[in-house]
Amino acid sequence: MSDTLTIAGKEYNSRLIVGTGKYKDFDETKLAVEASGAEIVTVAVRRVNISNPGEPMLVDYLDPKKYTFLPNTAGCFTGDDAVRTLRLAREAGGWDLVKLEVLGDQKTLYPNMPETVEAAKTLIKEGFQVMVYCNDDPIQAKILEDIGCCAIMPLGAPIGSGLGIQNPVGIRIIVEQANVPVLVDAGVGTASEAAQAMELGCDAVLMNTAIAEAKDPIRMARAMNNAVKAGRDAYLSGRMPKKLYADPSSPLAGLI
Amino acid sequence: MMINVTINGDTHSLKEALPLLELLSKFEIEHDKVAIEHNREIVPKTTFGDVTVGDGDNLEIVHFIGGG
Repeated sequence: MSDTLTIAGKEYNSRLIVGTGKYKDFDETKLAVEASGAEIVTVAVRRVNISNPGEPMLVDYLDPKKYTFLPNTAGCFTGDDAVRTLRLAREAGGWDLVKLEVLGDQKTLYPNMPETVEAAKTLIKEGFQVMVYCNDDPIQAKILEDIGCCAIMPLGAPIGSGLGIQNPVGIRIIVEQANVPVLVDAGVGTASEAAQAMELGCDAVLMNTAIAEAKDPIRMARAMNNAVKAGRDAYLSGRMPKKLYADPSSPLAGLI
Repeated sequence: MMINVTINGDTHSLKEALPLLELLSKFEIEHDKVAIEHNREIVPKTTFGDVTVGDGDNLEIVHFIGGG
């Protein structure tokens, strides 16, 4: 039975999206991405090093024909910078699917939501398909969906913190009300937390640091691959109700 | 007379105004792997050959790198 993820009209088998930052080198990036099973990878847009143009490039290791490159606006603190970055990204890659994040504070990297909303409106008007990083507020999430974002991506915890999902109730409400995919983006630290995001009903999980900063990133990538699948299956299965008292698993009839 | 062009925030002196594609090959940049802003306007890839870079111009040349 197929259970695919559809984002902006395109189907994916994997429900794990991985970042490509913070790895030791491009070889490790490539192996970790392969182990994760991800079909979408986030990438950043930065200036070419003019003094050393021959240095290795990400696209030499990850083939944009094989993976969907999702350009992000990480590091942008104004909507204007984010929009400018994504216009360049669209020209570099030739595709419209992007990840918008407008940050509001250096220390927490929490999103600046008013700037995010304005930037999303501009991008959508220009034909971009916007997957949007946001806080875990259901009202804000609804606003982003209503203006036409193709996926809502609330944070589980601050970017790179590995604290796990701090507000499962908020995430669950966002999932219940949304008519577009909801992804937990940021904050997942280990496999059980990725599974938890999926058990809450999220359509996918996006992570970078949890894999890249594990002692063995390639093994952690595999763990996350499995965790997302397990969490999805558990969600679709419908968990048993919680009970206050024990309920024996072996029949009582026929006891000696 | 030399001209000055700002590329990725740094000033570079060039002998003369020249087509963007020529400038890229001069700096050994593979044109199919980058995107370019010329005086804050996106340059579509298909028009790299048509744009001339002149004195006082500002270029941003970017590519994809690892990121989360």
